[in-house]
Amino acid sequence: MDWNFYLNDIFPVLNRGLRMSLALILPSATLGLAGGFVLGMARAFGPSWLRKAGDVYTALFRGVPLVVQLFMLYYALPRLGLYLDGFSAAVLGFTLCSAAYHSEYVRGAALSVKQGQFRAAQALGMSPLQTALYVLAPQTMRRALPGCGNEIVYLIKYSSLAYLTTCVELTGEAKVLASQTYRYPEIFMAAGVYYLALTSLASLVLGKIEKRLRVPGFGRTI
Amino acid sequence: MRVEGAACVNEPREQSVLRLEGVGKSLGGRRILNDVSLSLRKGELKVLIGPSGAGKSTLLQCANCLIRPDQGEIFLDGERLNQHNSGQLRLFRRQVGMIFQDFNLFDHLSAQGNVSIALEKVRGLSRREAGERALAELARVGLADRAALYPAELSGGQKQRVALARALAMDPRAILLDEPTSALDPELVGEVLAVIRDLAAGGMTMLMATHQMDFARALADEILFMDNGRIIEQGGPDVLLRQGAGTRTLDFCTRLSLELAGRDGLKANGLELLP
Repeated sequence: MDWNFYLNDIFPVLNRGLRMSLALILPSATLGLAGGFVLGMARAFGPSWLRKAGDVYTALFRGVPLVVQLFMLYYALPRLGLYLDGFSAAVLGFTLCSAAYHSEYVRGAALSVKQGQFRAAQALGMSPLQTALYVLAPQTMRRALPGCGNEIVYLIKYSSLAYLTTCVELTGEAKVLASQTYRYPEIFMAAGVYYLALTSLASLVLGKIEKRLRVPGFGRTI
Repeated sequence: MRVEGAACVNEPREQSVLRLEGVGKSLGGRRILNDVSLSLRKGELKVLIGPSGAGKSTLLQCANCLIRPDQGEIFLDGERLNQHNSGQLRLFRRQVGMIFQDFNLFDHLSAQGNVSIALEKVRGLSRREAGERALAELARVGLADRAALYPAELSGGQKQRVALARALAMDPRAILLDEPTSALDPELVGEVLAVIRDLAAGGMTMLMATHQMDFARALADEILFMDNGRIIEQGGPDVLLRQGAGTRTLDFCTRLSLELAGRDGLKANGLELLP
């Protein structure tokens, strides 16, 4: 095995790609999660027009392939006079798409919180906002966490689509290098290991959070 | 117009803590509550009984404005509640505790957290103060050693006692109890009733819907018998439940105890009644 090729060519290039991947993933995951939380809550408890709007949004962004969404953001929006650079288009596309998925987990989780607790909170003099913050949100978060974690792992993998908007991240760099050297197997195997490391790290962190937030007997249906 | 000086002369003992006047509620075109009036004086325990569907639960929830009545008025310490002022409504609810049949504890909080959360967020106590007060209230209901446990780790009786501690921590002027023992296994009923008995002895003002007739007979200052959204009979247990009183209340209680006896008899023979 040609270790020098790995050390001198593949790793430096992939490390550069990794930095770009992280620059894409971190804001997309954070914004997507935040957006999905708000959207999911709105779809669970909002007035009916908001619920319907949320449902349409989710149907649209879950139903159209991400590739198509990215092309729209990057190539179709300029026709309407809205110019996004490749990086922004990718982050926006990932955020919008992952928010739609997160909202689905959050909505289900929010609806499964036992409603009697809201009445109890009300009876103690809590305002609707306090009830949402101290009763609904903590329980929704715990119930939605496994699903949302799954979505974040997906996001790490579909971030490779950013090359479509000319944003050269991990997969993009691997592709360029491979087309120059024709050593596809080594390069993509290495890229695969990079992704595996990222997703493993994410799973580990999510597992830790889940463990930390664990409440005995909570979330189990009797 | 209320004259301040005059009001003070004959009010201190006689004035009601919580008073409902002509309260009515319709839900889905059905009249659930019809012109119900009642008043609770300081330290009184009144018991609501009646067949299911009579409107007891709706009445209790209206008394706390968890369900907004569409008719009538509610007074706390003589002050009329303005239902449409949400700030006043929250302040009112804070002062009128509510105990539910199915406990409604916050699933993600420990027993102590359940009691302290409203102290901290609604009454504005510091986290430490709220925690200490919560422990004191849990001790009062005999659960000091369960403070760190979560609802899923508690028995039904313990959950209901935590709910009582949670209500008590708010220093309520009165407590409304909606069949607090109906969801409990028979052997757990006693521990919850014991806490309520202690509260009554300590002068807590309470309105309680229950089917525990022995409890009502022994402790109620007054029994209110409801049917079809109205209070049909009301009076002391010695009057309504006297042998041969001929009241609907006595009739209902007799049938209730016969049913219970029948069910226990079947159970003893290894049979269960179908629901």
